[in-house]
Amino acid sequence: MAFDQQQKRDFKVVGTRPVRPDGIDKVTGRAMYGADLSAPGMLVARVLRSPHAHAKIVKIDISKAEGLPGVKAIVTSADLGRPEDEALRDTQDNCLAYDKVLYDGHPVAAVAATTPEAAKAALAAIEVTYEKLPHVTDVDAAMKAGAPVVLDGRAYEEVPAGWSQNVTNHCEFGHGDLEAGFAKADLILERSFKTEATHQGYIEPHACLASVGPDGRGELWCCTQGQYMVRETCAGILEMDASQLKVTPSEIGGGFGGKTTVFIEPVALALSRKAGRPVKLVMTRDEVFRASGPTIQSSTDVKIGMTRDGRITAAEATLRYSGGCYPNMTCMMGAQAAFAAYDLDAVRTYGWNALTNRPKEISYRAPGAPTAIYAVENVLDEMCQELGLDPIDVRLTNAADKGTKSSYGVTFQDIGLKTALEAAKAHPHYSAPLGPNQGRGLSCGFWFNFGGNSSVTLSVNTDGTVNVTEGNPDIGGSRASISMIAAEELGIPYEHVRTLVADTASIGHSDTTDGSRVTFMVGLATIKAAREATQKMCARAAAIWGIEPDAVEWIDGAAQPAGPNAGKFPPMSLAEIAATSLKTGGPIAGHCESTADGAGVSFGVHLCDIEVDPETGFTKVLRYTVVQDAGKAIHPDYVEGQMQGGAAQGIGWALNEEYIYGEDGLLQNPGFLDYRIPVASDLPPIDTVIVEVPNPGHPYGVRGVGETSIVPPLAAIANAVSRAAGVRLHELPMSPPKILKAVMAKG
Amino acid sequence: MRYAIPKTAAEAASLLMEEAARVLAGGTDLLVQMKSGARSPEVIVDIKHLPGLRDISREDGGFRIGAAVSGAEMQEHADLVAAWPGVVEGVNLIGSTQIQGRATMAGNLCNGSPAADGVPAQIAAQAVVRIVGPKGERDCPVAEIPTGPGKISLGRGEFVASILLPARPERSGDAYLRFIPRTEMDIAVAGAAVNLVLAADGTVDQARVALGAVAPTAMLVEEAGAALVGTKLEQPALDALAKACEAACKPIDDKRGTVEFRTHVAGVLARRAARIAYVRAGGRA
Repeated sequence: MAFDQQQKRDFKVVGTRPVRPDGIDKVTGRAMYGADLSAPGMLVARVLRSPHAHAKIVKIDISKAEGLPGVKAIVTSADLGRPEDEALRDTQDNCLAYDKVLYDGHPVAAVAATTPEAAKAALAAIEVTYEKLPHVTDVDAAMKAGAPVVLDGRAYEEVPAGWSQNVTNHCEFGHGDLEAGFAKADLILERSFKTEATHQGYIEPHACLASVGPDGRGELWCCTQGQYMVRETCAGILEMDASQLKVTPSEIGGGFGGKTTVFIEPVALALSRKAGRPVKLVMTRDEVFRASGPTIQSSTDVKIGMTRDGRITAAEATLRYSGGCYPNMTCMMGAQAAFAAYDLDAVRTYGWNALTNRPKEISYRAPGAPTAIYAVENVLDEMCQELGLDPIDVRLTNAADKGTKSSYGVTFQDIGLKTALEAAKAHPHYSAPLGPNQGRGLSCGFWFNFGGNSSVTLSVNTDGTVNVTEGNPDIGGSRASISMIAAEELGIPYEHVRTLVADTASIGHSDTTDGSRVTFMVGLATIKAAREATQKMCARAAAIWGIEPDAVEWIDGAAQPAGPNAGKFPPMSLAEIAATSLKTGGPIAGHCESTADGAGVSFGVHLCDIEVDPETGFTKVLRYTVVQDAGKAIHPDYVEGQMQGGAAQGIGWALNEEYIYGEDGLLQNPGFLDYRIPVASDLPPIDTVIVEVPNPGHPYGVRGVGETSIVPPLAAIANAVSRAAGVRLHELPMSPPKILKAVMAKG
Repeated sequence: MRYAIPKTAAEAASLLMEEAARVLAGGTDLLVQMKSGARSPEVIVDIKHLPGLRDISREDGGFRIGAAVSGAEMQEHADLVAAWPGVVEGVNLIGSTQIQGRATMAGNLCNGSPAADGVPAQIAAQAVVRIVGPKGERDCPVAEIPTGPGKISLGRGEFVASILLPARPERSGDAYLRFIPRTEMDIAVAGAAVNLVLAADGTVDQARVALGAVAPTAMLVEEAGAALVGTKLEQPALDALAKACEAACKPIDDKRGTVEFRTHVAGVLARRAARIAYVRAGGRA
């Protein structure tokens, strides 16, 4: 039987809701986050940042600052080499600007000193001579010929005539005859949308402690979603061997994709190397907003043709994304995801990226998809209104299913979209009455999910307990689900398993925690490691019983003779085998260092009710329901938490969160006061419905669930607001001034 | 930097004569400003321990509120809430539950923010501020304290010791509303306070309307009050009130709201606050 083949099985641990292993540490303050570690002789680092949106660095004079008391090291880009790899060079230049500053907050130099006051004084004493350059912070403006060019020599090879050299990336997906498709439509709608960049808003700012010895060996403790990514990137920038840099991930106070790159780690290492002492570098919230990764800003055109009875005949979308000052391909994920929910004969999507004087974009939950699907689902909703059709029925009519060739080329296996739509339709929320100034919005959402590479070691301790060691920081409850999976496979209680996230030297490479991959992929590796361990335990039992190893099988947490011919022996439990293991052949462990495809796409459907105050444009989210396909929910509490968390973040994105740049190109709202994340009282209870259509690529049927949930809220809320206000809105965020303006213009 | 706890008002005034001295009451503005680097005082004068500064006392039928009385303490004072619900609800909108344990009405006034939630209802209430300084005590109408964003009329060495909310006639009520895009933890984009006294038949006898966040300082809008006097808040009166408020607005265009938005919403809030104040005064809406 193939390993990933699913058997009907009765789970004992999987699907239950045990107490989370990280809970007590987090609520008592015992958990060690990025800024919680200190070392003897440690220095404090501070970063000098660009006060301009775009400027040439003419000169950096550190002579005065170097002489100040307590100052032990100052670094600039000149202290680093020039990596050959373009992407690595961009990452380095984002950590310390090379010849130009490209956005407000771009790091220019960093100081390590004995006290924060000394470091601050040194920053003030560094003299930077800038030559200001014209800037551009809007994606549409940046694409026009004549726009200030953010980076020379990075333009896409075939930039269309009349466009700027800021255009760096392009992609195209789809199939079928658009013209013929639109000819069959009874209604064709064409709309344009814009969305502002938002920030992941994790509660823990980036923080690290770096220590490089005189022998060139380094240690780094940091909050990250990927210690191996940090090691490879920093080793590349500092020209160290990966083996000489040990990176230990701390407990993480939220990442959401924003901690899948480096901002401060190479700088802290460079300072430590220069000063010969450990260096701690912690970003302030202002720095996090100005210079760590927000999302893309987007501008999108969507054209859809539909028959009178709700069948989509053709669909087309052009996405213009800006991922800030360096090239990136987020537009590709947007262009792939835009129409993924639908089974279409004629579909085409085009993605473009343009450089702007904004910080370098980094992933935020399902990067690229929410803004693309926002535009598509918005047009669909308007078409439903215009044709008098039920929004769920129209989506069911067009929904992708097993065997559908998706708009981005992949043919789907088993997927849960129709099941989720039917569950949404059956939910009492969908038929609940609405009051005046209230509207109900709906949207489908999609995310690819990834597999990738991970390493797991499962050690059977002599007291019968088990440690799972793995290399993926836990940002969404993975230690709980991995412990549960190990307990399930081994047939022992969940409480007997403890899962630990290890440093880069303690276990093999693991890709970054991203792409909703950890419960799927590390879970898969844990199953394999557990099965290796149970095989070894069966062999021990066989040796004790004096029978062939393949005459023993692992059932209910014990080695048992396989059938009557194997002989009569009482089952030998994991605890019994473990207790004698050191005398029966040595320690027992299972390993898996592996890669996997087959992550299994995930679909979700969100419903929300909104009330709009027509006199002020104030919005109140009255009710919210998330339906999502989890394949198989290992720990349903965490799955529901992911569904609610994505919805909460999406509500913020839709209603009030935005990067606001002034005419001067400077960020106007680098703080939680004016960057308006929803507070608890802004949100209703978020109801959840877990749908389980097993992923054929996983033995339990698991699909990633971390990202899909942020995809539908933008359109679900936009559709609810548009219906409540009686006027369609085409721009995010739908802050009160914009809603009021639309309501008043409608009259 | 020095931190001082004066025992007498005279000592406090003398400390405040020093260069770069700042008053500390709740500290919910000052500490944030220091942390962000916006202010670097040389002397911090903590006035919380001065006699009477943490008391709410009755005076001529009104309430004298010490400058170090927190928002939470005001909220827990049932008689004060009954007499001046609008003033108290304005103060209680500052920050969060935690902030309310420290933030003071006087501090909110002296921070000089045009958007201060604690100020418009005080103006509508005709509160009188007792100021202590090197030359002794003086009283000043609250509306004359703020002079512009971040600026107040107090002289060097002076500080606010208490604020007097006057006695309430029968059939009086006040209310304050502000607009923020969220439900809490935000800065007013527009705010409106209305203080009404009704005649026995429910007709508005006296009306004072003050707006916040729509001009360099919170301000009394006399025409807005006049629009309500002699009415029972019928629709034309409310429309006239909103129009008068809109006409008085001189807001800025910024990340928190456009001129157009602030102006419109100020009128809407005034209308809504007037209805609440009217009901609180015993009027039948």
